[in-house]
Amino acid sequence: MLSQRRLERRPKARSLLDRPILTRAFWDSFRKLDPRWQARNPVMFVVEVGAAATTIFFIRDLVRHGGSPGFDFAISAWLWFTVVFANFAEAVAEGRGKAQADSLRRTKSDAYARVLREDGSEERIPSAALRKGDRYVVEANEIVPADGDVLEGAATIDESAITGESAPVIRESGGDRSAVTGGTRVLSDRIVVRVTANPGESFLDRMIRLVEGAQRQKTPNEIALSILLAGLTIIFLIAVATLAPYSVYAGTHQSVTVLIALLVCLIPTTIGGLLSAIGIAGMDRVMQRNVLAMSGRAVEAAGDVDTLLLDKTGTITLGNRQAVEIISAAGIGARDAARIAYLSSLADETPEGRSIVALAQQAGASLDSARDKLGQAPDGATFVPFSAYTRMSGLDLADGTRIRKGAPDSVLAWVRESGGTPSEELSPTIERIARGGGTPLLLAHNTLIVGVIYLKDILKPNMTERFNRLRAMGIRTVMITGDNPLTAATIAKEAGVDDFLAEATPETKMELIKREQSSGRLVAMTGDGTNDAPALAQSDVGVAMNSGTQAAKEAANMVDLDSDPTKLIEIVEIGKQLLMTRGALTTFSIANDVAKYFAILPAMFAVAYPAMSVLNVMRLSTSQSAILSAVIFNALIIVALIPLALRGVRYEPKGANRVLFENVMLYGVGGIIVPFIGIKLIDVILAALHLT
Amino acid sequence: MTALGWLQAIAFFLIILAITKPLGTYMARVFEGERTWLSPLLSPVERFIYRVCGVREDDEMTWYVYALSMLAFSLIGLVYLYLLLRTQKWLPFNPAHVDDMAPDLAWNTAVSFTTNTNWQFYSGESAMSYLSQMAGLAWHNFVSAAVGIAIAVAVVRGLIRTSTKTLGNFWVDITRCSLYVLLPVCIVVGLFLVWQGMPQNFHAYQSVTSIQGFAQSITGGPMASQEVIKELGTNGGGFVNANSASPNENPTPLTNFVEMLLIFAIGAGLTYMYGKMVKDTRQGWAIFITMTLLFFAGFAIAYWAEAAGNPIVHHLGVAGGNMEGKECRFGVAGSALFATVTTDTSCGAVNAMHDSFTALGGLVPLLNMQLGEIVFGGVGSGLYGIIVFVVLTVFIAGLMVGRTPEYLGKKIERREVQFAILAVLVTPVLCLVPAAIAAVVPAGLATLNNGGPHGFSEILYAFTSTNANNGSAFAGLGPNVFYNLLTGVNMMFGRFAVAVPALALAGALAGKTAVPESSGTFSTRSPIFVALLIGVIVIVGALTFLPADSLGPIVEHLLMLQGKTF
Repeated sequence: MLSQRRLERRPKARSLLDRPILTRAFWDSFRKLDPRWQARNPVMFVVEVGAAATTIFFIRDLVRHGGSPGFDFAISAWLWFTVVFANFAEAVAEGRGKAQADSLRRTKSDAYARVLREDGSEERIPSAALRKGDRYVVEANEIVPADGDVLEGAATIDESAITGESAPVIRESGGDRSAVTGGTRVLSDRIVVRVTANPGESFLDRMIRLVEGAQRQKTPNEIALSILLAGLTIIFLIAVATLAPYSVYAGTHQSVTVLIALLVCLIPTTIGGLLSAIGIAGMDRVMQRNVLAMSGRAVEAAGDVDTLLLDKTGTITLGNRQAVEIISAAGIGARDAARIAYLSSLADETPEGRSIVALAQQAGASLDSARDKLGQAPDGATFVPFSAYTRMSGLDLADGTRIRKGAPDSVLAWVRESGGTPSEELSPTIERIARGGGTPLLLAHNTLIVGVIYLKDILKPNMTERFNRLRAMGIRTVMITGDNPLTAATIAKEAGVDDFLAEATPETKMELIKREQSSGRLVAMTGDGTNDAPALAQSDVGVAMNSGTQAAKEAANMVDLDSDPTKLIEIVEIGKQLLMTRGALTTFSIANDVAKYFAILPAMFAVAYPAMSVLNVMRLSTSQSAILSAVIFNALIIVALIPLALRGVRYEPKGANRVLFENVMLYGVGGIIVPFIGIKLIDVILAALHLT
Repeated sequence: MTALGWLQAIAFFLIILAITKPLGTYMARVFEGERTWLSPLLSPVERFIYRVCGVREDDEMTWYVYALSMLAFSLIGLVYLYLLLRTQKWLPFNPAHVDDMAPDLAWNTAVSFTTNTNWQFYSGESAMSYLSQMAGLAWHNFVSAAVGIAIAVAVVRGLIRTSTKTLGNFWVDITRCSLYVLLPVCIVVGLFLVWQGMPQNFHAYQSVTSIQGFAQSITGGPMASQEVIKELGTNGGGFVNANSASPNENPTPLTNFVEMLLIFAIGAGLTYMYGKMVKDTRQGWAIFITMTLLFFAGFAIAYWAEAAGNPIVHHLGVAGGNMEGKECRFGVAGSALFATVTTDTSCGAVNAMHDSFTALGGLVPLLNMQLGEIVFGGVGSGLYGIIVFVVLTVFIAGLMVGRTPEYLGKKIERREVQFAILAVLVTPVLCLVPAAIAAVVPAGLATLNNGGPHGFSEILYAFTSTNANNGSAFAGLGPNVFYNLLTGVNMMFGRFAVAVPALALAGALAGKTAVPESSGTFSTRSPIFVALLIGVIVIVGALTFLPADSLGPIVEHLLMLQGKTF
């Protein structure tokens, strides 16, 4: 079996603390000392400048044999460590993405493509020479040379190189499953593909850039937070700088090294050093769920989502609705109705269509089955495909007979248009099916209503639980379905969604999104069809299924490689976690300053005002040890919090006020207490080792 | 501390609590342009003013037009007062033949009254003619208060309006504020003060011989009319040098009580007006409660420190609280309460010598101003000051619940954070810079009365008070050209470098749509939010000013315990 063949798969996600990742991060954290890199982060830039300045003072003291070079050395070393630790955090966060990018690069084929010329001839050219609009042929056991849409044929394709999923997928011309991705491998059959992306713009290229974070830009919230941190840095810069003249007034002199130490301790280095790591790790967590986010902005927006639009089919219910009953109209034989149902679905390849065929066959519609091949209309007949506008499908036979099945109101309208006067006798049946959560499909033969097909929806397990979770987060779920309002209401109630949009068309869906947005809500949705593209583009967070069309994937700001629509819920949680981690560490960072003041201020003025030793509540052994302990704590806390920054704070949906209270206690109050203990501990160790 | 002392504070607070709702409701009507019970009387006057000034009532202004109008209005007022002070010698109502003010002092005074600071580097008795007091200072007492309130109202409009660029009309707001809010109260309470014995005349100074046998010259003048707006508009500039410690400016314990009520009244009322205007009075009460907690915390420390007194004095056999520099009529509690009230707000009127407070007692007024005077605060400036703090708190708290933070449905994003930081964080810190200069240059030290940490407190207090537009003096610091110029700049900065970003913030907020509340939104009326808001205010304030304060009042206190004073 094909599905058991294992080709080169995208490697499994590595642990962040994988040795190669750590080794690379170690070297990167020194490479990032480049001031041009640091300048992007005002807080850490100040630390680096401080580290450089204290180093100069250390050298000066060493040369002049004055001052206290030992102390200067210790301070400057720990300031350099502070910068390196922050760099390390960022480098580790980037590590997994970089490793993934490397392995993706290996899958990038530099093979040849078989281009189809206008005259139908084939030519072998390097795949890098393919341009948008070119057509190529690819066959079993060949690598797809470029992204494109299948024009002819169908093939099974192994996409594991991109998605990590080993089960092959079917790609065929027309419909919503026509997109192939460069770098994947054809397992069977032959397809003709039109190229949709120039080299360098392909899905794989984008994916490499994204996982590598090469184009990472600060997200809006990150910018706002950076401004807050920069503001705090300016404040502390002024507060510390003015301490020099104040000390002169008080009749004492402060060494620049001590002032820099105080400054670095006060500015929010904890959050400043971990901020970019948090952002990168957030993107990475999304990636680990096999979702490709086109920007950090999208992940952040996911945390803010107010309204979640979920397609009923595939998200709330299992994709395959099953036909369970064919009810014939009065005066129509059961077999006749079955036959018409059979014909109506012969060319309908949706799971629903196939289930109708199967049911009809059971009911005895075994006419000329030798000739009527599944997936092919009888000779001379034309298939009328389903569209979101007509909400019907069917067949026009060679003899002029027209058969339709579809949403009752659409079919009734069609019968009327065709000059018939449909009887309403089946209305109670339709209503019964709809009220039971099923989907009634009305079956028409020319101007005659011949029966109803009962399609039954099967809810996915555990969905109610997930919707409750979403509600606790303050997110409203809206089920989108083409069903009639009655059916929709029943399923909506059964599944536990807050609202539904029945008889949805691309327009009503778009309207709903715009309406929600105009009242200030952020909307997220999933989609895969070309029909979904405008709505995906309009929504704040649009997740396209990888199995979907190119148009959908381009319009969306995330692509789910697993094509699992329920993934959106996890993405929302990751987005929230991202913001929470930033908030928690900011609070922690600012709260830390209280203890640092109590460590450093009495130490600074021990000579001028010995009375201030009362404020040395931690009873730190000496002035130098107090200052050094605060600086060391400040550096080590960055390392200690790297796992939290990368993992994100725990998120439990339980109402904003509750979450706020818990986090204020944990990171606010905790942030005040922890450094008192930490600084004291370091002081004790320094004293025990006679280091000061 | 005595039960009576606490009773005074509690009675004071209860009356403020009682005033808050009716005054707030009334102000909400005034600023939403609705009819009030004074409309039949005042609306013809109002329309007349608009006609004369060519103001079109329904002309809406964007935030920068609003800010520019405010700045232009203030600039003209500043120049006017400067010219008045420079020419008062030749103008009428000058019975004491007061000379023209020196240019640097006139600049300092003109800035001071324009910015609602009322920092006084002069003595009213010897440096101001009655005309300057009435037409110069009292005028500014009214309009600078109205300007502050107008800005606050514009900021509130920024929060309630959606998808718009405009914040109201500056000229209409200051006119309505002066006519409907300030004037009626001043007329009524002014008469009350006259009844209590406050002078209101144009008499020449009276020469009397005191009981101790000294010859004394006593100022008369239109004092009551100026006194009431001095407190109501949180201006604080005394008619005479001794301010509300003088028997003429504060004749009885009752006037003392009423003066304190006037200081808090509008600030408290504005919190209710705010709740009313945002259509959720609990938002207003949350702010009111935040302010109340900070008020009582400040009073408790100041009262405790003053009642505990100075151990060095106790060793001399003098028991009891610290009565140095206090009026016996008001005592420790009355003085500590007044000092807390006047610095919670941007008033700066004093009924005792803050310089003579114990170190910790003096730290409370200093800290109150350093926190941004957001405890009821300066009229208007207190409300917009705390709203900016709320915006910052919401930003930090919002992140902690995993959502782009929003306040009253408005998302707090980059621009909001930027303006908020500028307004409440960066500007206050800037008073540390001139204080640092003053602490080391000869000109800064030349007029300093005390040395050591106490002298440093005097410098720090001067720049804190002017930066926060409070105007109360720690005293002990004499005027010279250096201080006149530097504190002048500081006052300008403290007023406009906060007001303009606050308006910009309002402008940014007005342009947004409001997001409906969901269970993902945390409540800005909950106790936890109030606690967090206090935490942010105190921690940010403390972190900024702790190094400076520790070299002033804090170390002075520690040294006092060791028996050293300065």
